[in-house]
Amino acid sequence: MSNNKYAVNERGYYGQFGGAYIPELLRANVDELRENYLKIINSEQFQKDYKRLLDNYVGRPTPLTKVENLSKRFGTNIYLKREDLTHTGAHKINNTIGQILIAKYMGKTRIIAETGAGQHGVATATVCALFGLECVVYMGALDIERQAPNVARMKMLGAKVVPAISGNQTLKDATNEAIRDWIANPYSFYLIGSVVGPHPYPDMVTRLQSIISKEIREQLTVETGNPNPNYVIACVGGGSNAAGAFYHYLNEENVKLVAVEASGLGVDSGETAATITIGDVGFIHGSKTMLMQDEDGQITEPYSISAGLDYPGVGPLHAHLAETGRAQFLSVTDQEALDAAKVLAQSEGIIPALESAHALAALEKIKFLKEDVVVVNLSGRGDKDMETYMKHFN
Amino acid sequence: MNRIDQLFQNKGKDILSIYFPAGYPNLNDTVPNLQLLQDKGVDLVEIGIPFSDPLADGPVIQLAAKQALDQGMSLKLLFEQLKEARKTITMPLILMGYWNVVFKYGVDSFVADCQSCGIDGVILPDLPLEEYEEEFKVRFEAHGVYNILLVTPQTTEQRMVKIEKAAKGFLYMVSSSATTGGALEQSKEREEYFKKVASLNIPSLIGFGIRDKQSFQHASSFSNGAIIGTAFINALTSGTAPEFLDSLL
Repeated sequence: MSNNKYAVNERGYYGQFGGAYIPELLRANVDELRENYLKIINSEQFQKDYKRLLDNYVGRPTPLTKVENLSKRFGTNIYLKREDLTHTGAHKINNTIGQILIAKYMGKTRIIAETGAGQHGVATATVCALFGLECVVYMGALDIERQAPNVARMKMLGAKVVPAISGNQTLKDATNEAIRDWIANPYSFYLIGSVVGPHPYPDMVTRLQSIISKEIREQLTVETGNPNPNYVIACVGGGSNAAGAFYHYLNEENVKLVAVEASGLGVDSGETAATITIGDVGFIHGSKTMLMQDEDGQITEPYSISAGLDYPGVGPLHAHLAETGRAQFLSVTDQEALDAAKVLAQSEGIIPALESAHALAALEKIKFLKEDVVVVNLSGRGDKDMETYMKHFN
Repeated sequence: MNRIDQLFQNKGKDILSIYFPAGYPNLNDTVPNLQLLQDKGVDLVEIGIPFSDPLADGPVIQLAAKQALDQGMSLKLLFEQLKEARKTITMPLILMGYWNVVFKYGVDSFVADCQSCGIDGVILPDLPLEEYEEEFKVRFEAHGVYNILLVTPQTTEQRMVKIEKAAKGFLYMVSSSATTGGALEQSKEREEYFKKVASLNIPSLIGFGIRDKQSFQHASSFSNGAIIGTAFINALTSGTAPEFLDSLL
């Protein structure tokens, strides 16, 4: 499958977005990864190890579930890609399994990661335990508070969880701290959790998540006789589950790609994480992308009820998809996401992660035809969000 | 002639450079700080442009930058503060900041305002050399603004050749793999790295981990001088900046 039009170029750009805007202090680290990642990913050994782990450890392929009650409700044909059924409960592990193999092949023994909702932290701690590697996870102090179950899981898995106490104490600040650790420990491997950061991270993570759309194609072919749906809908914070769900459809221009951002209390409320909607071009965590910032170029603190979506930037691929119009960007408020989560729980018996609930809420905003085939990427399960759900539904 | 070149021509060694963030400790302290530094005999000053997410800096600089931002500091205000500074300040002045702030300000306005305020150079740690050379070099040079480049212990031989060729003024030699504010470790490996950079065809100043007279002298023995940031900010915070400078000079 060729993705030329939306593929990264050799300098790490998608259109005008991407690149590697990093201090000289990180240059050698990033160059080492850039020179090795494709060689490793394309090697037979990696492909074999990666597939074996995805099949037998992660639990892939994940089902593509036709949800009849929801389909009736919206008068169309809705399928959920069930990333919530993977080991650790979210798509994040597709990426950490791949990166831990790359780290291993590069001879790294210490792993650094950042985490927002804690899903990537758990997925990283999991693979570090599996491979016997030291694991340090940076997490915003505020996120540590609101995602306590995931903190406990990381600790039980043997990871060291370090609170990031700067800024708003969320994902952005955890990422800053992780990058600083990498500067101080250049022989460590920085295992980024999304399609953000300097080149080659956005491309590497996209490739590792592309298993999602690869499976959707195969499963839809069996289900409907056509690998292509009319819509693929996914939520976007940094954008890794969306990148994975979109990847094999990027050049299938008749497949509508819908990316759903978290607008928090509303796009104009000042309490939002809808980067594409209200942001403009800037530089964050080593990448030229769309960014929430003030008129002086200071990065704005994002807000969303979902810890996995409140990031002030977005992966450069998504900035490019927005600029070219290849993907449609919608935004969904806290309340709309909560409502959508309840609908799914009570009509299908599936409790979604708050992040994925944003993608589900977009179903309300699109006019579907009866014969449309709509795939929503259910990126994670809602166990970690029960406290928030209970607070809002009682 | 650029004041940076002049400085290195007139004084080849023990050059003391001090870093502090604009608008710290108080919003209008930028120019008074410069005056103090000049009166005490500091050779070169790097003025930090406060940024919300300073990746290459440690907690002391980030906290000081945050305080400056909370007080209302901005790049626009910095240029206003510096407008009259050249009436009394004769030291070379460098602005140090992160690329997002400069990009948002507008690169052309930035270099033009640097020139009109008498800024001799800039340090933009997260602007890669390749992007600079391709897109911005001509514009910086048209305004006589030097882009000061960094080298680190991880910089490969091959890359060092490239940096040497592109460098203007001096090389900012990062002492160790760490963010700002750490300690300067002394090792044979480190000394060899210092010597390698010192042998290049451009002057160099050592930064990161220089905090007192002893570490300044140690660093200066391998280079043309050194840069002190975090330790000076701590002195500003505690109101002991004059005494701190006296202890160095």
